[in-house]
Amino acid sequence: MTASTTTTRVLEGSEQGFATTKLDALLGWARKYSLFNYPFVTACCGMEFMAVSSPRYDFARFGAEAPRFSPRQSDLLWVVGTISQRQAPALKRIYEQMMEPRWVMAFGTCASCGGFYDNYTTVPGLDKIIPCDVYVPGCPPRPEAVFDGLLLIQDKIASGVRKPSIVKPRQDPAQHLVQINKKPKKGDDEDE
Amino acid sequence: MSKLVLEKLAAKLGDKLRETHSHFGDDTALVAPDAWHEAAQLLRDDPALDFDLFVDLCAVDYPSRAEGRFEVVLHLYSTTKRHRVRLKTRVGDEEGNGADLDTLTDVWSGANWFERETFDMMGVVFRGHPDLRRILMYPEFEGHPLRKDYAANHTQPLVPYRTEEDAGTILEKVAPFGTDEGMAFGRKWFERGPTS
Amino acid sequence: MEPIDLELEEGELELPSEPMHLNMGPSHPAMHGTVRIVLELSGENIMKADVQIGYLHRGFEKMCERGTWAQVFPYADRLNYVSPMLNNVGYALAVEKMAGLVVPDRCQWYRMILGELARISDHLTCTGAMAMELGAITPFLWWIKGRELVWDILEEETGARLTHSFGRIGGMAKPPTTQLKDLIRNGVPTILHLLEEGEKLLLKNRIFIDRLENVGVISGADAKALGWTGPCLRASGVAYDIRKSHPYLKYDEVDFDVPIGARGDTMDRFLVRLAEIRQSARILLQCVERMPDDGPVNCDDPRFVLPEKMDVYTTIEGTIQHFKLIMEGAKVPAGECYSYTEGGNGELGFYLVSDGSGTPHRVRIRPPCFPIVGGLEQLITNRMLSDIVPTFGSLNMIGGECDH
Repeated sequence: MTASTTTTRVLEGSEQGFATTKLDALLGWARKYSLFNYPFVTACCGMEFMAVSSPRYDFARFGAEAPRFSPRQSDLLWVVGTISQRQAPALKRIYEQMMEPRWVMAFGTCASCGGFYDNYTTVPGLDKIIPCDVYVPGCPPRPEAVFDGLLLIQDKIASGVRKPSIVKPRQDPAQHLVQINKKPKKGDDEDE
Repeated sequence: MSKLVLEKLAAKLGDKLRETHSHFGDDTALVAPDAWHEAAQLLRDDPALDFDLFVDLCAVDYPSRAEGRFEVVLHLYSTTKRHRVRLKTRVGDEEGNGADLDTLTDVWSGANWFERETFDMMGVVFRGHPDLRRILMYPEFEGHPLRKDYAANHTQPLVPYRTEEDAGTILEKVAPFGTDEGMAFGRKWFERGPTS
Repeated sequence: MEPIDLELEEGELELPSEPMHLNMGPSHPAMHGTVRIVLELSGENIMKADVQIGYLHRGFEKMCERGTWAQVFPYADRLNYVSPMLNNVGYALAVEKMAGLVVPDRCQWYRMILGELARISDHLTCTGAMAMELGAITPFLWWIKGRELVWDILEEETGARLTHSFGRIGGMAKPPTTQLKDLIRNGVPTILHLLEEGEKLLLKNRIFIDRLENVGVISGADAKALGWTGPCLRASGVAYDIRKSHPYLKYDEVDFDVPIGARGDTMDRFLVRLAEIRQSARILLQCVERMPDDGPVNCDDPRFVLPEKMDVYTTIEGTIQHFKLIMEGAKVPAGECYSYTEGGNGELGFYLVSDGSGTPHRVRIRPPCFPIVGGLEQLITNRMLSDIVPTFGSLNMIGGECDH
């Protein structure tokens, strides 16, 4: 994404549409490749988080390797692992301390929807407490799925759209199933 | 397995030792609640027994019992003699009240946290414990979750859940997800342009 | 400002001061998983510490009472999530003790292999994280690379990198693959090489040694009274390893040593874990030699083990057996039983209470790191604030296990 040569002058009202978009695009590009993440690590997904940050699946390639352990300094909140009821106030507080613009990634099934811990002590998904931008399901998710989530977040940052999304498998998991009902299954059919 | 441990306990406690068994190879002794501390002291101090490693303390809920609903179970190990023992006692009435027992923190310091956990999960109160408060649940929690009459999914949220008005979006995720959510297979949407 | 040549009284100039309250956690880079330590400090010295756990309490014991005996395996995996195979095997052995099952030899070797791989993964993570928190990020990256090799092997065998749910009552979910032995023979020397590389960076470093030596000292007697087991207890000089004292599976037929520490400080705990990785590698190579290449992996007991899929679809007995095991659960004999194995952190015990039906009445896990973290308060009181980091790191508190 290259900036045009005329982006650094005072904008007149009528020109705001075009120049703002270009400026936003530049800012989005800069933000998405320099994410400071706050790893709010609680449980087993933390092991996959460590794996994602280590040399084999390196997320430094995406510019996201700088963990900042203060919410004031970070812009992406990685909620990694199960959120228990006791932990919930801490999570809410940390989210509230982050400054705009901020994004949240729910890493793992427990953070997305509570996982299989349907009990008295687990919050069924962090979106019951704070808004979330990307959900990465998996127990724990494979590092490739985490990267898909990271790329989704980067696309959201670049485009400015805040609608929450869920990471889905790259290939249709049902494409090789026996065709019982004789209907051809296409690769990007969403109704499995 | 030698019966040394059970014999010594029988000798010291007499009829306070209610029953013993060795099912599945584990030596077990059931004692009366008022002999709990005495039995523990014997197990630690007797040189032939020498139970120096505190292994576990927990409680089991038998709601069908009218008398002695909670069974407090203590596991011990001796690193020198290499034998194990399980000491049990029954406390509490049908409702779960009156479940009092002497603390063992003066015998083994490890009992501290295990007794706090038993209090937290089952509601057994340990007399003389230096700091009996909840350990796994938060202080505002009411009830004792591991009891059989506590429903497993009865939550007491500390932070009130967001409603859909605050969120501005649907919170319940209903499968199958819409076509504009998540990623299309193979990221073909990247060519189409972002729609989500 | 007072003039500096003011005559001072004989005594010290008393400044009014109050102890400072500092809260570490529950979301903190050095608090593995989630632990909150509320500290009362006087300068940098800790006067009082209150260690609060429970931020990852997920109700393991309550969830077990809602399913069948076999449905506990996924929950058991997530207890000590850095060495999930050890939990799986521990729980399977506990149910088999109650049921009176003995798995075939091939399965016993297989369980040992997967268990020791998990133990290597656990110790690499613990020591790597400890080094990282002291500022040495490079050994962490190298040892995580070693851990990835272990996870590659586990992924080939079980299908999952981390939470395998591979144990079953009466055996394992699938038999060993044909590549297992080669993967281990090729992988183990690489892991040991990486271990050595990391050690070269750390063990002669004056700063690392100073931060770890004589910090967090605990005597053997105190540790035993607290209920410590595993590497932390062995670092205090008590030679208690369940694999040697009360061997299970085939541990009495393999040759390995048990590293013991002398002083009971953080350095000893660190070194004991590194030495244990080497011993686990030794056990692995012996098991790989000894494990038979064919033979059944599961017990042949229809009361507990699922039948082959072909039988389920073609014979009525297979269908009924499958149905009863899945819907009602395996009927474990009534009674109570305590079974213990050597987990990554020490004595991992399962106390099971059965009422004879397919649903457990009570599954109690005796978490090895629960009493260990219970002793943390004693270790950090009267020490400095920065000593908490290596001390806590050396205890290897795994939140899923401690808070079960």
